[in-house]
Parts: sequence; C-alpha cells; structure tokens
Amino acid sequence: MQGNEACAQGAVDAGVRFFAGYPITPSTEIAEWMARRMPTLGGKFIQMEDEIASIAAIIGASLTGAKSMTATSGPGFSLMQENIGYACMTEVPCLIVNVQRGGPSTGRPTAPAQGDVMQARWGTHGDHPVIALCPWSVQETYSLTVKAVNLAEKFRTPVILLMDEIIAHLREDVKMPDPRKLILEERPRPEGGRESYRPFGGSAGQIPPMADFGMGYQCNFTGLVHNEVGNPSNDPGVTDRLIRRLTGKVESHRKKIIHWEETLMEDAEIAIFSYGCSARSAASALKAARSKGMKVGMIRPTTLWPFPEEAVEAAASREIPILVPEMNLGQMALEVQRVAAGRSKVHLLSRVDGELFTPAEILSALKGGF
Amino acid sequence: MAKVDIDKYPKASLDINIRWCKGCNLCVTICPKGILSLDELGKITVDKPEECIGCGLCEGTCPDFAIKVVKDA
Amino acid sequence: MPSDIIRYFRQETLPHIWCPGCGNGIVLRDFAVALEKLNYPRKEVAIVSGIGCSSRAAGYLDFDTVHTTHGRALPFATGIKMANPELKVFVIMGDGDASSIGGNHLIHACRRNIDLTAIIFNNYIYGMTGGQFSPLTPRNKRATTAPYGMIEQSFDICRLAEAAGATYVGRATTYHNQLLTRLIVEGSKNPGFSLVEAVTHCPTSYGRRNDLKTPTDMVRWQKENAVWIEKIRDGSASLKEEQFAIGVLHRHNAPEFTAEYLEVIKRARK
Repeated sequence: MQGNEACAQGAVDAGVRFFAGYPITPSTEIAEWMARRMPTLGGKFIQMEDEIASIAAIIGASLTGAKSMTATSGPGFSLMQENIGYACMTEVPCLIVNVQRGGPSTGRPTAPAQGDVMQARWGTHGDHPVIALCPWSVQETYSLTVKAVNLAEKFRTPVILLMDEIIAHLREDVKMPDPRKLILEERPRPEGGRESYRPFGGSAGQIPPMADFGMGYQCNFTGLVHNEVGNPSNDPGVTDRLIRRLTGKVESHRKKIIHWEETLMEDAEIAIFSYGCSARSAASALKAARSKGMKVGMIRPTTLWPFPEEAVEAAASREIPILVPEMNLGQMALEVQRVAAGRSKVHLLSRVDGELFTPAEILSALKGGF
Repeated sequence: MAKVDIDKYPKASLDINIRWCKGCNLCVTICPKGILSLDELGKITVDKPEECIGCGLCEGTCPDFAIKVVKDA
Repeated sequence: MPSDIIRYFRQETLPHIWCPGCGNGIVLRDFAVALEKLNYPRKEVAIVSGIGCSSRAAGYLDFDTVHTTHGRALPFATGIKMANPELKVFVIMGDGDASSIGGNHLIHACRRNIDLTAIIFNNYIYGMTGGQFSPLTPRNKRATTAPYGMIEQSFDICRLAEAAGATYVGRATTYHNQLLTRLIVEGSKNPGFSLVEAVTHCPTSYGRRNDLKTPTDMVRWQKENAVWIEKIRDGSASLKEEQFAIGVLHRHNAPEFTAEYLEVIKRARK
C-alpha cells in the first residue's frame, strides 16, 4: 500500500466522511482515493476551485458535525494558512494533510522536503495552538492519521499531518488493524439547554463542547475575538482569556499529545534526532554505526508540534551530542538547540537538493564527531 | 402631491425604540404625512401622532429597527 | 421592527455597529421578513457571511451563523450544504467580498448550481476599511483609492452570476423593500444557486464623496435609477446612464449539485 492511500484509509477508519481538496503533486492520490471511496460510505467528496476553498469547505462541513479533512502540498498549504487560523480561532476540528515537497514557491513538485515544519507551526498569523504529526512509514501514516483525526476532535482544533513526498509515494506492507477496534474520539457535544450553553467558554486549557449546526443551539462562529457565547468583543479581558485558553488547550495537554520513539538511547554517546523520511536513513546509519561499535541512539518524534521537549531531554540531560539530519536548512534543529540550552552540542545536517539522505552521509557525520 | 384621505386608512401608532435610533433622518424624509422630526438630541419624535396613516414606510426604511407600526384594532 | 421578527435577532447584540443611515440594516430587516415568510424550522437554517460591514449581519441573527474569512463565505457554505443538504443555507456578502476577493468562489458556486441563497449587499464601496473602490464601483465615481474617479469598468454582478450558471438571479434596493423580501423568499425556494443583489447605501464612505450628501439622497437615487425589468422587457422603459434593472432578472432549471451527489452515492453503492 502507498503512503497516500494509507493516509486516506486511516482517515476513513477514523470516521472522516467529508473530503474537499484541489489537485496538487504529491498529495493528489489522497483526493483520488477519497473521490472513489467517500460515496460508497455515504460520505462526501468535493473538488473545490482552489485550496482556500477546500479548507473553507471542510471547516463548513465540520460545523455540521462531520469529521472532515483536506490534503495538499506546500503551495496549497500556503494558501490555506488564513483559514487554518480561522479553524484555530473558532475551534473547529479538521485535518489538514501537507505532503511536503521542495520549496519555496513551486519548487520541486516531485521531490521530497521537510521545509514546512516551521510553517506548520507559525504559518497563520497571531498566537494560536498547533498540533502537527509526522510519520516515517506507510504503517505509521495510517496510525498517525487516525491519531490526528482523534486529536482534532478531542481538542476542537485543526491538526496538521506533515508527510513528505517519499512517505506519500512509498509502497510498503501495512498491517491494518480491525477498524472496529480503533479507539475513536468525538468532539465534546453540549448536553442540556441552550441558555446555559457556552460554545467558547471555560477556563484556561478547557475544551468547550461544540454543537453541530442543525442541533438547535444557534451558535455564532466568528474569527473575530469573541466572548463565551460567540459574540464579537473588543474587551481586553475577553481577548486575553480567549487567546490564552486557545493556546492553553494544546499546551496544558501536551503530555497527552506528544509522542516520540527512542532507539538504543540507554547507553548512547551520540544521539540522532530525526523525523519523517530522514529518520529512515538515520535508522540505517544507526545500525551501521552500532555494528562498528559506535554507541549511537536515536530519538524520533512523531509529534513535531507541540515540540516534544521531553524527547530532547533524554539526550540533553546526559550532555551527549545530538545530530539533527533534516531536509531543510535547520528548522527542528533550532528547537532542539533551544531545549538542549547549551548542554548538548547540536549539529545540523541539511539537505535541500531534493534528494534523500544516504545512510552513509549520516554515518560519516557521526564518525566525524562533529 | 395628492392629498391623502386619513379616514381611508386604519389608525395606527408608532412604537419607537429611542435607544436604537441613530438619528439618520430617513424616516423623517420618507413619511408621506410629514409627522416625524428629530428632537434636539437628534432622535426621532412623532409630532402629530393623530395623523399617522400606518403606511409602514418609516418602519421599512429605518435601518436601526427603531420603529414599529402598531395598527390600532 | 415588526414585533414578530424581533425573535429572529440576538437582541443583546443590538443596536448594530452600522453608521447612522446605513442601508445594511434595511437589507437585514428585509431578510428577516423573508425568513418569517419562509417559516423554516429555526434549526434548519444556517447563515454564512464573509468579512466587511454587511457580513456583520449574520451575527445579529439568532440562527446557526458563521462569520467566516474575507471572500470565503461561499466555500464555507458549500461545505455546510454538502455535508448536510437538509439545511437551508443563506450567504451574506458585500460587493467587494463577493466580487473581488471572493470572485472565483462566486463563479464556481454559480457553476455548481449548489442550493445556496446568496444575498449581496452592494453599497458600491469597501465601507469597513473607509471607502476604497470595489469591482462594483461605477466608472467615474470617487473612492479613497480612486480620488480622481474610478477608471476601471465595473461588474454587473447579476449578469456575471447568470453567465456563470446561477439558476435564480434578482436585484432590489433598500427602497424596494417588498421586492427584496420577495426575491430572497423565491431565491431560497429555488432548488439551486440563487443570487440576490441588494443595492444598499453607504452614506459615510460613498455618498459623501459622490454628491449624495444624506441617506435620503441615496435612497432617492435608488428610487430614481431602479427600473423594473418588466418595463424594460416590454419596451416601455430603457436604461439610461446610471440606471439599473430590478426584479427577477433571470431564472432557469438545471441539476442541483447536492442532489446530483446523492445520485453519485447511489451509483457508488451499487
């Protein structure tokens, strides 16, 4: 099965029943798969006029209670930024898949890259919460897509799945779980009367229940700063409470959200911090290094945002050097440096030529001792 | 202008929400009987309530929902 | 306001934010009267708006409402209608919102003939930002970004919608209240994409710069320049200079998008 197909299958198994998208390499197979599959499930597929319309449509669909998603690549992801902010502000769950390709601009449509990591965090304006996940295999694409849909529902926020061209077009055997045994999250929905319902209420970090359109709660959704009922407000106190509660939803639950995998870190004297397709080469390099007696370990985050600081801590607390191979000019490396705070030497290994890292070049960086 | 025969129309009174009136003067200029004006605070006032013919033009043109025509039973 | 439509408003949000004499309140009221006439169950109605003065209208109405991003109301509404075709979806946009930043979405919503009722508040200007020209500002009119007069051609948004495939197109003004209400009612009943252009007035940002000093002058201008389409069709009137047609300007039958998709579902499940 192909990575893009695993993503689509995972979304369907997680309960996604609405897809809107616009053709773009290298994510198009997700849309094509959804166009065939959605109607067989009674779900909806629509090809919109552009990516801005696509994300608008999935937010609209989500307002009616449908689990919704879109899939795109760099240029489309750039176009979606304003409405990603809208979904953050109005707390509408949705999944945005970004299959990263070479950028900036049209870049290299068929070449892999990891250049959208910071865009996923800060692409839309203003302070806002972000959850972004990043798979390194077809199998994990499936499971992280399920997780992404669950997180979106649970925290009433858009979730970004940062794939890359390699993972999207890779074909691997996938062991599909019984979809009926998956644990699926549903957004909290209101109980009780309309009078006491506060669609945007709660204290810092709380996730207020969300009524579907048509349930009779008559809610107002606006990208303007709004009070607990949803009416626009210019009140400084209302503004401060809202922005802090929104970002707090993710920050105060970060322990439940973040996940990373450690390989042979117990006795490691050098750590590799890598994610997505780069981590595949890094894993090979690690194996080769170990066979040569080098004590190398690897930290592989599957959550990029919120940044899994605790993962870096495993290396930084022991003050061992950290190698960060990534297909950009150093986006995650900055975060690793920040958390290491001088305790570990952090070395960036970059590639921006559209070619995958070879295990040999990572091995040679490890040997070089940086 | 043709003379309007008041007796042809049912009597009506105007229920005015002064709080919502922004004093734009539209109702004053549209009233065919000329019975409305703005007071010294710039808010609508009914000068000759007995001459209201209940045509509803003021209500229809008020952008601020401040006028309600109440037809007398 | 007629007592019976006040129940359609979120009264705690009134008075509204619009300037004294602004026509948007009149369009909103006529829309509320249309909702009363349509008498849909409250929870079956969704109202979507974009960004700008007129788009604040959605928030005053006590229904499921979405005040979206600038120009994007139609794709949001498309998602809502597609996901739940049972909902009666109305879309409120301004002239700049619908024809400039949202122009692409507008023609594609028309082309799909998706069952939405779009109400375009056309005050010929960007009001919220202080009076810049929009694609609907007529030639030679003045705006803050056309201080020497507008040199671009303007859209006739009704003809644009018709050419793009909308199945119901009408135009009224804030002077022609009953017509406006009727068009919204008929537009909503039309199973397809309906566009109602509501010519409204912006005394603050348009009238003052274009020799229409008061709200009354602006409403009088509407009265004098609106020509009933029936009179044009029967040859008893023709459009001069600034004049424009009002009434039901176009209607035709065509397959509706969400209904077509339900057929796709049937086909896929065979």
